[in-house]
Order: sequence, then C-alpha cells, then structure tokens
Amino acid sequence: MTVRKSTVFIAFVAAELLVLIAIVVHAFIVGGRESRLAEQRAMVKRLSLTDLALFTDARYTRHPSMADLHSPFQDYPLSFEHFPSGSLMAPPPHVRTYGRH
Amino acid sequence: MAGIEKYRSIIDFTLSSLLRRKGKNSALLFVYTLVVFLLASLMLYTQALRREAAAVLADAPELVVQRIMAGRHDLIPVDYSEKIREIRGVRSVRARLWGYYYDPLFGANYTLMVPEQFTWEPGSVAVGNGLTRSSMAAKDNIMPFYDHTGTLVTFTVAEVLPPSTEMVSADLVLMGTDDFRTLFGVPQGMATDLVVEVANPVEVPTIAGKIVKLLPDTRPISRDEILRTYDAVFNWRSGIMLAVLCGALLSFFIFAWDKATGLSAEERKEIGILKAVGWDTGDVLVMKFGEGAIISLTAFLVGGTLAYGHVFFTSAALFGPVLKGWSVLYPSFRLVPHVDFGQLAVLFFLVVVPYTVATIVPAWRAATVDPDSVMRG
Repeated sequence: MTVRKSTVFIAFVAAELLVLIAIVVHAFIVGGRESRLAEQRAMVKRLSLTDLALFTDARYTRHPSMADLHSPFQDYPLSFEHFPSGSLMAPPPHVRTYGRH
Repeated sequence: MAGIEKYRSIIDFTLSSLLRRKGKNSALLFVYTLVVFLLASLMLYTQALRREAAAVLADAPELVVQRIMAGRHDLIPVDYSEKIREIRGVRSVRARLWGYYYDPLFGANYTLMVPEQFTWEPGSVAVGNGLTRSSMAAKDNIMPFYDHTGTLVTFTVAEVLPPSTEMVSADLVLMGTDDFRTLFGVPQGMATDLVVEVANPVEVPTIAGKIVKLLPDTRPISRDEILRTYDAVFNWRSGIMLAVLCGALLSFFIFAWDKATGLSAEERKEIGILKAVGWDTGDVLVMKFGEGAIISLTAFLVGGTLAYGHVFFTSAALFGPVLKGWSVLYPSFRLVPHVDFGQLAVLFFLVVVPYTVATIVPAWRAATVDPDSVMRG
C-alpha cells in the first residue's frame, strides 16, 4: 500500500510543529535557569563596567556608550570609517543628540 | 468527512503538481529557506544580544561623568568629585581609572582597568579569559607591557576571570592604582572619569543637568543612555547587516514575485484542463493557494528551526567573521535562548503571507477565463 502524499506532508508539518514547540520549551527552560547572566551582572556591578566586550578593535566600538561625538572620525571630520564593526552598529542615540539640549 | 477528504485530495494533487516541476520548485524552496534562515538568524541574534545587554548592564553605573576637551574625552580632575558630591541627591562619587593598551606582540587591544578593590599584590594583574586565547596569558605567567616611556614592565597574572563572564570581561586587564598610573603616566589627582551614585534614580536627569551647569566641560552619561545604546546598536533595522541582506532579500522577492505571479504556459494549460474536467474556480484557487502555502510554510518552518540552532547552539557561527571585524580579541559566548513570539509573527507575515497571496491572483485570472481559450494559449 502506498502512502498518500498528503499524509507525508501533514506528518512533516506536524513533526516541524513539534520541533518548534520543543524550541520554545528549550528556550523557556534553559533561558530560565541561566546563571551566567547573574555572574556577568555581578561583575558589571563590582567593576562599574559600562559596555559589552563585543568589538575590541576600536575604542568607540569597545565602549560605544562612552564614545564622544567625534571618535568615529578621529583623524579628521570627513575621514572614512575604517573599522568594520563601526559599520555594523548604529551610533548610540545620546551621541547623536549630544549638545542639542 | 467528505470535505476533509476533498481537501486532502487537493493537497495530494498539489504535491504531485509541485513534484512534476521538481527542479524549479526545489530551487525555489532552497533559496526561500535560506532567506528565512538568514532573516530569522539575524532577528534571533540581535534580539538575544539586546536582551542579554539589558540584563547584564542593569547594574552599570547610574551616572558616568567624563571631561571633554577639544571635542575629545580627556582625563578628569579628581577634585571635580568634591563639587559633584555637594549636589543634593548625590550619594557618592568615585574616580575610575581605565584605558586601552595595544599589545604589539599579539596585535590585540586590551581594556586596562583599576577595580575599586584590587586584592592582589602590586605588579599583579587579573585578566579576562579572552586573553588566554589571543596571548599567552595564563595564571602565574608573566605579561609584558611597554609603559609610557617605552620601558618594558612585566606583570604576573594572578587570576583569570571566569569564562562565563567573557561577554563583559574578555579583554579586561585589572591592576592596582599605582601600577596603572606608572604604566600610562596618569598624574596623581587625575582620573579617566567619575562614577556618580544617586539616591533617587528618578533624579538622575536633574542631577546630570546640574553637573553640566556646574562643570561645563563635563559630559554625564546615564545608565539609561548606556542601556539605550545597546538597544540601538543591535536594532535589527540598523547596521550594514540589513543593508547587505536587503540586496539578497530584494533579489529573492523579485524571483519569488516572478515565480508566483506569472504562470507558465504549462501551468495555464493545467488549470484549463482541470476546469474542463469539472473543477470549479474555487477548487483551482485552493490548489494554487496550497502550492504557495506548502512552499512558504515549509521554508518558514525549516528556516526558522535551522536559525534557532545556528544562533543558540553554534553561537551564530556564520555571523562570527562579520561581527569580529578586525578584533583580534573576541569573546566566546553562548547567548541565552529566547523566542519572541512577536518577532516570529512578523517573520511569518513577512515571508509566508505575501508569497501565498501572490500565487492566488494569476491563478484566479487563469481560472476565470474559458478553459478552451486557456488550453489553446
């Protein structure tokens, strides 16, 4: 007896939905018991840290929240951005509005 | 039951029809899945980073006061803290000493910092776990630094910070105040910036305003602004990633639109035959809707599942080279899994609905004309 194509497709969608439910459950369980966040938060408090160590290539990408208005153009006002990570992130809102209020 | 059986038969027929054009539909499904995978990965990744930044930086300093000179961040006199302390509502003011050091040996940038309590001997440092990968720093090893006069100074690594904190500490080198001042030549009475603690967080903007009024060459940055920075930095609408993806997305939309809206001669003939053998317009539309739904739903489900695995199990391995940029030192971290139903819904409506709907219009046009003229072309 051959299996109908619709049966195969419905079984596939059902399996995929089960996987999606498993993903949600995984995110809920693993995300809820994550102790790493607490450790990092404690270190931020202990060392008075202000930024994530994601992009360490330039000072305004290592500490974007501490960057001053001119740091991406540190050589001269029309200099091109030369750090790739500087193009990946948008300038912080408070840097853009700095000096306007 | 008869109704269900009818729709199952239509699905059977639709799948057979899709399988008849196996090559074309497989290519479409592959590209479609890839686009969903990329979009979903980007969404999950940026959302997880934003959540993590918000959670981790929730205890960042309430107010950081920098000194700006000639448009640049400059050293701040520690005396300023006395003036700031006099402002009503300020609980405490502490000078922070920190800076950057470029290690010419390994080509990496470090963030050197003096913690409030440095418990090790002078001449010792505590380093972030990232340094153990990019340089030869390990517990009890010696780390050489060139001081501001060009003299080589060595420090002993007293501790390696826990790997679980790499996201905030990968490039950190912690040292004592005297060692820091000697290394960089920072004069006594000067600091990098000041950290201000405020009794009532609601008063932070007022106090920041008072600080600028009292010391016009300073620039206060509040915790709220720090948090908003990461909200903006990882906003998925910003950055070059979306600019790059836009090209790919647009070409996919053109491809999918062309595929969905223009029926091939073979497809028109098929519709004509179906009408001639007794299918009504509604059935033809259901079949065409099914074709679009099967392809887009499969792409959504498979692409979404793969994206979750990519972001949370492989730490977004595909984005790594882009995100690392020129950084020699890059934190190794695993993001905390999280699924945002709102974003999933946005993705669903962005990728599944337009394609499915786009397949209906040409099918409706072909299904409403006379079968004879459709078959004749």
